[in-house]
Amino acid sequence: MGILSLSLFQAMLRMSMPVLFAALGGMFCERAGVVNIGLEGIMLNSAFFAVLATFLSGSPWIGFLSGVLSGVGLGVVIAILTVKYSGNQIVVGTGINVFGLGFSAFMCQKIWGSRGASGSVAGLPLLRVPYLEQVLGENTILIYVAFALIILSHLFLFHTPWGLRLRAVGENPQAADTAGVNVHRYKMVFVTLGSGITGLGGVFLSLAHLSFFAWGMTSGRGFMGLAAMIFGKWTPLGCFLASLLFGFTDALQMRVQALGILPSQIILLFPYVVTILVLSGFVGKALPPSDYKPYEKR
Amino acid sequence: MAFALQVRGLTKSFPGVLANDHIDLDVEEGEIHGILGENGAGKSVLMSVIYGLYRPDEGKILVRGQEVAIGSPSQAIRCGIGMVHQNLTLVPQLRVFENIILGQEPRRGIFLERQKARRRIEELLHQTGLSIDLNARVRDLPIGLQQRVEILKMLYRGASILIFDEPTTVLTPQEVDQLITYLLALKKQGKTIIFISHKLREVFALCDRVTVLRRGKKVGTCAIKEATPESLAEMMVGRRVLFELPRGRKPAEEVVFSVEGVSTLPEKGKALREVSFRVHRYEILGIAGVEGNGQTELAETIVGLRRVRQGKLVLNGEDITYLSVKERIKRGLAHIPEDRHRRGAILDFTVMENLMLGFEDEPPLRRGLLTLHFPTLQEFASSLIREFEIATPGGDTLVRTLSGGNQQKVVLARELSHPVSVLLACQPTRGLDVAATEYLHRKLLELKNQGKAVVLISADLDEIRALSDRVLVLYEGRIIGELSPESDEYQFGLLMGGKSLAS
Ligand SMILES: Nc1ncnc2c1ncn2[C@@H]1O[C@H](COP(=O)(O)OP(=O)(O)OP(=O)(O)O)[C@@H](O)[C@H]1O
Ligand SMILES: [Mg+2]
Repeated sequence: MGILSLSLFQAMLRMSMPVLFAALGGMFCERAGVVNIGLEGIMLNSAFFAVLATFLSGSPWIGFLSGVLSGVGLGVVIAILTVKYSGNQIVVGTGINVFGLGFSAFMCQKIWGSRGASGSVAGLPLLRVPYLEQVLGENTILIYVAFALIILSHLFLFHTPWGLRLRAVGENPQAADTAGVNVHRYKMVFVTLGSGITGLGGVFLSLAHLSFFAWGMTSGRGFMGLAAMIFGKWTPLGCFLASLLFGFTDALQMRVQALGILPSQIILLFPYVVTILVLSGFVGKALPPSDYKPYEKR
Repeated sequence: MAFALQVRGLTKSFPGVLANDHIDLDVEEGEIHGILGENGAGKSVLMSVIYGLYRPDEGKILVRGQEVAIGSPSQAIRCGIGMVHQNLTLVPQLRVFENIILGQEPRRGIFLERQKARRRIEELLHQTGLSIDLNARVRDLPIGLQQRVEILKMLYRGASILIFDEPTTVLTPQEVDQLITYLLALKKQGKTIIFISHKLREVFALCDRVTVLRRGKKVGTCAIKEATPESLAEMMVGRRVLFELPRGRKPAEEVVFSVEGVSTLPEKGKALREVSFRVHRYEILGIAGVEGNGQTELAETIVGLRRVRQGKLVLNGEDITYLSVKERIKRGLAHIPEDRHRRGAILDFTVMENLMLGFEDEPPLRRGLLTLHFPTLQEFASSLIREFEIATPGGDTLVRTLSGGNQQKVVLARELSHPVSVLLACQPTRGLDVAATEYLHRKLLELKNQGKAVVLISADLDEIRALSDRVLVLYEGRIIGELSPESDEYQFGLLMGGKSLAS
């Protein structure tokens, strides 16, 4: 079997999902003028809660919901700290990441007796979609949620008044404020929303990609999401394409590893090397929404 | 007489500052009303209160006789009040029409109706005779056009009382003329305009009446017909201000500084092309021209912030083309940067820190290997504060809290606190009030009459002509001609527009 094939395409699509959710989530935060480097922690936390709720209730749907809600929960925390109390965005984001790692390990130990992994739970069921399935492969509902999100966020950002206002809030809050836009409300709402969307990435990892929680299972995909968002120039479609690139390196890495051409340690580096290249601005110059400072009304 | 806007007993204080002290203001319907006053007199604060950005401590505001409570800009907009700020409040990455409709977007269902928005704005353009590309991104527009977007933004919101806070400081003379034309046209359409400026010439061209503030208090209101530049300046400052200063002696033969055939690369800006000139002792050399024709680049090249591709710079007979900024300063080059907030001073440093900036590593400020000698420093700072009449509570006050005029004095004091042979002054009085402008002009002339050389780069032609011994005109990165300051305005206009006087 060749390296490039339909199955590789499907693997790429699957592997791009968590990165895509993080990228879209991060995009909403940054459009509101908040850098959310806590994406990794949010995702891990959501992955954990998705499994925990499924474990307790027996229903992966309840797990799904809990995963998203725990993302929203952390989003509210970030929003309050960075927007309401003008906390430093980098410090808060780092805090969330550290919290995500520590909290999930601690709880995992308490519940399943191992810090490394949870027991296996029921994953989300595969969705039967005739025709589409042949191209996209067998998938859970999350992949369709992702497609819907891309389209909806594009329409929202560029074709509705509220999208226009959100963009203005991120670029120049003073201007938005003078134009009568409630800057703080927009920031609070979209930081929360973005974190919730990021949570979907965690749900994908623990209930669709796998069906258990493993410590550190996000393995940097939150940061890849951040890179994909920058590479995608803060647009939904851009985020999608950039995530596909990350999905591709990930899928390729698995293939090449299976073929045993290169030492696996080197191959595992692929996605991270791409992340570093993008984050350090090697690939294309990108202009971020300009104002990351907390906005304080005079 | 019907009043569009009235203010009664308005008071606003900040910790330690009484910015507005029981101010009364009456603006008649359909007039252009000027607000004058020195830096820090309280003009911007007064306007910000009227526009709902600050809450007053006391006093009331009446719009067309009705008392209104204005707690936010959107309430001000609802009362028909619009404001163009000293620094523009636009979103640079968004398009012109998006900026205009922001906050009041026409929509169908949940979607933006771009077409309708455009049509509405085009109607507005038609009515007012303004023109602009609605699809351009604001960041790509020159300041003059950006300001036009702000004006349209106000009109789109139905404002009938328009406040302009120093709209002309950022404009080129051409753009100022255009703005004046538009403002007069808006007045004709029945709009009421409040106009703030330090340039008396603009005030006389536009205003029907003016109100003068001094240190937070109202001095008086008068019709412009009954005023003269001298009388207004005296009302503002509380003493006579000299608009025409004696020039002093003629330049000497001796060349202090020369630029010889200098060209630069067009990285981030205009390239200089074969620029040559000499400045002599006892001379102020003016460099005129429409902004954006290489003034910034010329200044940066002289100071050493930009690489020279060809040609050389000679100071006191020594080639300084490849010397570092520091080395140039040591050899007697002083510099008043055009952007005093970004290059001139560090706003969040104290007056004292700003005064020693760049000289902190030399005795007597430095003692031993590393340490600053504070007693010397304090003495050094307070003597400069005294000498340059810097109005500050003390050396440890943050420069940010000083008025524009005093910030500029800090820069000037620092630059002149060390032996100077040539001073490069870039837009030295931009945004400064009449008194501070007079002070700076006196200082420049004083320097010249001590036998130093001064290169004065300014967009303000009046300033150039009042001070310079010779004037060069910069156009598209080249020196396109030389004029004497007595040449008439028409000739300056020609050269600044790129037509040489060769024929
Ligand atoms: N937000 C603020 N906090 C504290 N003090 C302030 C604030 N805004 C203005 N001031 C002070 O109030 C006084 C009046 O300032 P204002 O900006 O109204 O002056 P202005 O007349 O507009 O001067 P300029 O000609 O320099 O624009 C100044 O002493 C200023 O330092
Ligand atoms: Mg002001």
